[in-house]
Amino acid sequence: MDLTRRRFLAGGVAVAVGAVGARRARGQARPVKIGLVLPYSNVYAVLGESITEGMQLVFDREGWTVAGRKIELIREDDEVNPQVGLRKTKKLIESDHVDFLVGPVSSGVLAAIRDTVHQARQILLVANAGNDEMSRERCSRYIFRTSFSNWQPNSPMGSWVAAHVGKEAYLIAPKYSAGFDMMKAFKETFTAAGGRVVGEDYTPFPVNEDFAPFLTKIRQAAPKVVYAFYSGSQAVRFVKQYDEFGLKATARLCGAGFLTETDVLPAQGKSALGIVTGHFYSTLLDNPTNKRFVPEFREKFKKTPDGFAVQGYDTAQAILFALKATGGDTQDKDRVIEALRRAEFDSPRGRFRFDPRTQNVIQPFIYVREVKEVGGELANAVIDRVANVRDPGTGCTLPG
Amino acid sequence: MTLLSDVFAQALNGLQYGMLLFLLSVGLTLIFGMLGIINLAHGAFFTLGAYAGLAAVAGTRSFWLALLLAPLAVAAVGALVERTCLRPLYARGAPAQVLLTFGLIYLFDDLVKWIWGAHVRSMSPPAAFADSVAIGTLRFPSYRLFVIGFGLALAVALWLVIERTRLGAVIRAGVYDAEMAAGLGVNIDRVFTAVFAFGAALAAVAGVVAVPIQAAYPGMGVEILVRTLIVVVIGGIGSLKGSLAGSLILGEAETFGKAWLPDTSMFVIYGVMALVLLVRPRGLFGRALR
Repeated sequence: MDLTRRRFLAGGVAVAVGAVGARRARGQARPVKIGLVLPYSNVYAVLGESITEGMQLVFDREGWTVAGRKIELIREDDEVNPQVGLRKTKKLIESDHVDFLVGPVSSGVLAAIRDTVHQARQILLVANAGNDEMSRERCSRYIFRTSFSNWQPNSPMGSWVAAHVGKEAYLIAPKYSAGFDMMKAFKETFTAAGGRVVGEDYTPFPVNEDFAPFLTKIRQAAPKVVYAFYSGSQAVRFVKQYDEFGLKATARLCGAGFLTETDVLPAQGKSALGIVTGHFYSTLLDNPTNKRFVPEFREKFKKTPDGFAVQGYDTAQAILFALKATGGDTQDKDRVIEALRRAEFDSPRGRFRFDPRTQNVIQPFIYVREVKEVGGELANAVIDRVANVRDPGTGCTLPG
Repeated sequence: MTLLSDVFAQALNGLQYGMLLFLLSVGLTLIFGMLGIINLAHGAFFTLGAYAGLAAVAGTRSFWLALLLAPLAVAAVGALVERTCLRPLYARGAPAQVLLTFGLIYLFDDLVKWIWGAHVRSMSPPAAFADSVAIGTLRFPSYRLFVIGFGLALAVALWLVIERTRLGAVIRAGVYDAEMAAGLGVNIDRVFTAVFAFGAALAAVAGVVAVPIQAAYPGMGVEILVRTLIVVVIGGIGSLKGSLAGSLILGEAETFGKAWLPDTSMFVIYGVMALVLLVRPRGLFGRALR
């Protein structure tokens, strides 16, 4: 502001011309602020890191300038804690005045910040948290989701597991909304396909060092299939301890894709071999965008990208799409929202589109993947797939 | 499956978890008893031990060497922390010490993240304990049996040192009345440093032992610290026996709570603590505080 005024005075140009010049100068000077409310510590730290790296890759490619405006990322650590997440969200909205809010990872944090975001008319791109309700009764025209709804990877798995693995399943997941959502979605299609749930456990979250009590119960229930959702450090523990207790020999472990994502596979090692999961992505996907994405990511960050990195990548791509469509204008929120709703681009997971009814991503495919050794490295090999998986969106009243 | 074998299997799980808690809490209780410090950084020493263990395994290809080297390294860090950070604060009372050690948690966690990254890391159990053994119709990982045996052996060794050696007598004297011990010609400064370093080493031992079971990641120490503090409260501050008893009680309570009352397993832990405090306000083996 000061700068433009000084320039205006010093130049001594005509008022009208000056005003136009000032507006343009201001538009150019003010960067597009993207506030990240993500975990950089605790159980989901790696997820926050991957999402951020996926975004960096896109903005690096654009030289951190889109439609004449600089891109600025402001990171805040939500510590996987709803209260902390809410505080950081308010800070990003009220003090930083971010143009786009991105995050969070935990469903618990999303549930806590949803109303604040909605009431502040703040555009939020959810880059991980999958609470089904955010695509249903609590959907908001200000909230988009680039990652998944919890329903999406699990619903196709229910019928697939019943048809190809076994009809007696033991369900286990952490005791919070994501765990409940995922197991519910699985159960619906699993039982509809003739499956029977022989046991069900919801384990302490976010702190749980030891699964031994639950693994002992599973052993005694002797199911054909164990269907699990864990992510981050808990996924490593669960998969390793499942193997240590000798359960691999008696029950096939299946689950939501996070259980064996690339972020945890190296630490799980051979214990992960043979696990079957459903996910919207695999590093091994054979499409041109992924063929470019994987080596580029490896080159930059010295590690193999995971689904979370794809979520970050697509979040940044959606923002990029909107900025280009509006010519860099973020003042008119309705225009930005309209642009986001129309966003369409090639993602490492396939062609990316939002579902206009829910503003949740339509998964081009949910891949059924099995952990195998590929080229001396563990990876999720695709063994089947289901196309165009969109959340039912029951109860969401956005104009479709 | 009979109820009896179910109870037995879960009891074994609880025993193993309790032993891990014991390895961690015994150092905390020793430091608390002797130096009067609530060392919240104990959790950070646990994390540091786990990562030092991973580094040592990578370097030496031996779990056993790592179990020796990592605690030595962390003991050195502990000694340094006691000399440089804590010593000036002894006169300032508990709040300053709690704040300092609380800050150290974040410092060490960030240090770990900076050196090793945020990724989860794992370690295989040593070859001798890589398998699982059949117990009835169940299988139990043999490494977990090792943890139980190791914890018991360490408890006995510590008891012998503290109760039966001159060094132990000095430590006991320090716990009981540091000023008087100094008056009797004990170099209490040096003993304080040694005890603090030893406590840190014990946390590191717990860290190394824990990695093959629960993997390593920044912040792992903070997660387990709360339980460790509960153990110390249940067992009684400064008591070796109390730390063992508290660990086993909490280990069993949490395990059976998870298995049988999964909806209230956290409540079970705090419920047990509340119950013990109601009956014995100073913990099971605690003495009157000075």
